[in-house]
Amino acid sequence: MSTVHLGMPGVRPQHASPGSSHLRGDRSFPAKARTELANPVLRQNLQHATSTIQAKRASVVREVRDWQKLRDAGSALKWQVTDHLPEMLVQLEESVQAAGGTVHWARDAEEAGEIVTRLVLERGQQEVLKVKSMATQEIGLNETLAHAGVHAIESDLAELIVQLAGDTPSHILVPAIHRNRAEIREIFLRTMPDLDPSITDDPAELAGAARRFLREKFLDMSGSVAISGGNFAVADTGTVAVVESEGNGRMCLTLPRTLITVLGIEKIVPSFQDLEVFLQLLPRSSTGERMNPYTTLFTGVAEGDGPQEFHLVLLDNGRSAVLADPEGRSALHCIRCSACLNVCPVYERTGGHAYGSTYPGPIGAILSPQMTGVTGPDDPNASLPYASSLCGACYDVCPVKIDIPSILVHLRAKEVDQRREASGQFHGTWDVAMRGASKLMSSPRAYDAAVRASSALGAVKRTGNIGKLPSALPLIPGWTDHRDLPVPRQSFRSWWKDRERHGGAPAPRPDGDGPEDSPASGEDA
Amino acid sequence: MRISLMTTCLADVMAPDVARSTVILLERLGHEVVYDPRQTCCGQMHTNTGYYSEAAPVVRHFVDTFERQLDDVDAIVMPSGSCTGCVRDQHRLVAQHEQDEDLEKRAGAVAAKTYELSELLVDVLKTTDVGAYFPHSVTYHPTCHSMRILKVGPRPIKLLRAVEGIEVVNLPESSTCCGFGGTFSVKNSDTSNAMVTDKAANVVRSGAEFVVAGDASCLMNIGGKLARNGDAPRPIHLAQILASTREDPFVPSAEMLGRAS
Repeated sequence: MSTVHLGMPGVRPQHASPGSSHLRGDRSFPAKARTELANPVLRQNLQHATSTIQAKRASVVREVRDWQKLRDAGSALKWQVTDHLPEMLVQLEESVQAAGGTVHWARDAEEAGEIVTRLVLERGQQEVLKVKSMATQEIGLNETLAHAGVHAIESDLAELIVQLAGDTPSHILVPAIHRNRAEIREIFLRTMPDLDPSITDDPAELAGAARRFLREKFLDMSGSVAISGGNFAVADTGTVAVVESEGNGRMCLTLPRTLITVLGIEKIVPSFQDLEVFLQLLPRSSTGERMNPYTTLFTGVAEGDGPQEFHLVLLDNGRSAVLADPEGRSALHCIRCSACLNVCPVYERTGGHAYGSTYPGPIGAILSPQMTGVTGPDDPNASLPYASSLCGACYDVCPVKIDIPSILVHLRAKEVDQRREASGQFHGTWDVAMRGASKLMSSPRAYDAAVRASSALGAVKRTGNIGKLPSALPLIPGWTDHRDLPVPRQSFRSWWKDRERHGGAPAPRPDGDGPEDSPASGEDA
Repeated sequence: MRISLMTTCLADVMAPDVARSTVILLERLGHEVVYDPRQTCCGQMHTNTGYYSEAAPVVRHFVDTFERQLDDVDAIVMPSGSCTGCVRDQHRLVAQHEQDEDLEKRAGAVAAKTYELSELLVDVLKTTDVGAYFPHSVTYHPTCHSMRILKVGPRPIKLLRAVEGIEVVNLPESSTCCGFGGTFSVKNSDTSNAMVTDKAANVVRSGAEFVVAGDASCLMNIGGKLARNGDAPRPIHLAQILASTREDPFVPSAEMLGRAS
């Protein structure tokens, strides 16, 4: 692996730390998907939510005449960042320091957790407010803080629902997408002590309950600490941008004395003006809004205005490893809009928990295994690149044009190559089947004979299709458990040969239920 | 024109009537169809499953077979969106993986002459009315690789609308994947089943007698689900509809993607 400098001398690409990181599930995708698919309520919740957001997105994207050019611009800017990340990180550090902020570098989840915990404890706080953030979810920050006796309160409505339920998020943008309003009412009644039990499952009432619960926390913020993530960090000004819908983030970013922002190193944009591209791309792609209600931009510290202390924690946690793969690195371009989740037919049916990582859906399937690395065929993350039918819907909607299907295939090939090169590991059912098929399909004589043999089945089973097959056969029952298979009859090649024998045209049709040409008519290819 | 047929391995064995119909259609339009029986497969299954090194001999054989004809034929046709997509986009990747620059160049030359059926008809042969007759209601499933990789767009629908006697009805959620995805249907069989269950339900909801597409693989998936459910609609390939005429109409057989007459 080549050395990628990350603004720190002599640093080599490194995978995410397995300890605290929430980037790997406990079971493979097919196993987890099986469980989730058996839950009809989940399926209904997801289907309703994803199709609603998808339709909203499509309609506001149609309004923008230069949408494809915007995507091109977003993609080009992100490539500029990945091509020059080390220099831009140093520039960002200098800009933030010049504006009165402090910059911390975190190699992995543990380092980031230690830095944040130390900052909170040094300020004598036992409670911190949080702005919804994928990076802090990824590094398990709430758990790390809890270990140190610090209680983190999520201020985002959906994130709060997840936290109160003792659940994990299942979507990048709408973490509680797997819950319906009746379930949310139950969660609130169980966890908010002063809640009037006559509350209904009307969304406005539920939001009101959450507002009252959180406002009390906000009022108590003098001398306090808040923790946020960030959507973008501007290299040339040191400005951090947080994009949100509810305004709770704005409160957390302006009311506390100390603000700590945890930011993945890939979140950089080169200059302030570049925000114009991303602030158009992001809301339309994510919530399907022309513009999000709240965009908070903050640059270091301003005396007498907002937090008087600002700490920026720049997080690697496997991003340098993603950067090291030229064909997979554009996964780092993701702006976390979640359009690819909403449009994905796999995500819509399995939900986010099946992916086992903070980053679910198509983007998670290429991001998580690259961040963690894959330890072997039994690593649950080894199954993620296969959790796609390669339908390509994700690529079409991605606002920064990440070619997710191509990266999925690249990661499959990388995994297969690793096993092929490691001695004694290339003997799985698939390996044997694929090697066999490769031999067969690169040898015309063997292939021809196999095609002729396949039609023998037609002689045994004279009508209809093939139904369910015994599970003792390799691979095929995955198909026939759920659907029928046609019975091979006279192959095209044999029909063509017959036809040539009869002098070409007119083309006789094969007789409907006959097997392949009889042995008597068998001839050499 | 002189057109070389690459049947695809799947159509050769599992859906031969799709390949036969392609021959019948092109000959009816006055073209000469040539077929080299040395052909096998495009290597898509290996490539999409990540077995590039195992795909390489298959791709090499594909290029060897069709390169020989390049000077003698005007075009190569494949009645499959995803196989054409593999030839156009992925043979290059396999060659690069093997660091075989010569193969990459030769594969590019073959790919440049290779067309999916609706592309060949509309773009190369400049026709949308092929004189077909099909007095049935059909609903069109666009198939992901035709729609998103090849971007065939409205070509198949234009061809279908020009067919005499046909009624084309809307397929709800038509652009959603049917769940085939090659080895995905086996590796993630439960998720694939959830997807094809919805696709089959939408086909039934459309009220059409037939679901038509440009890929025998997707049709085998959707048709296999419809057959397992005992649902009435049948899968049919675009080539089979376009080959059907008043004199020689399509008569469905008991077998998926076959014909009785």
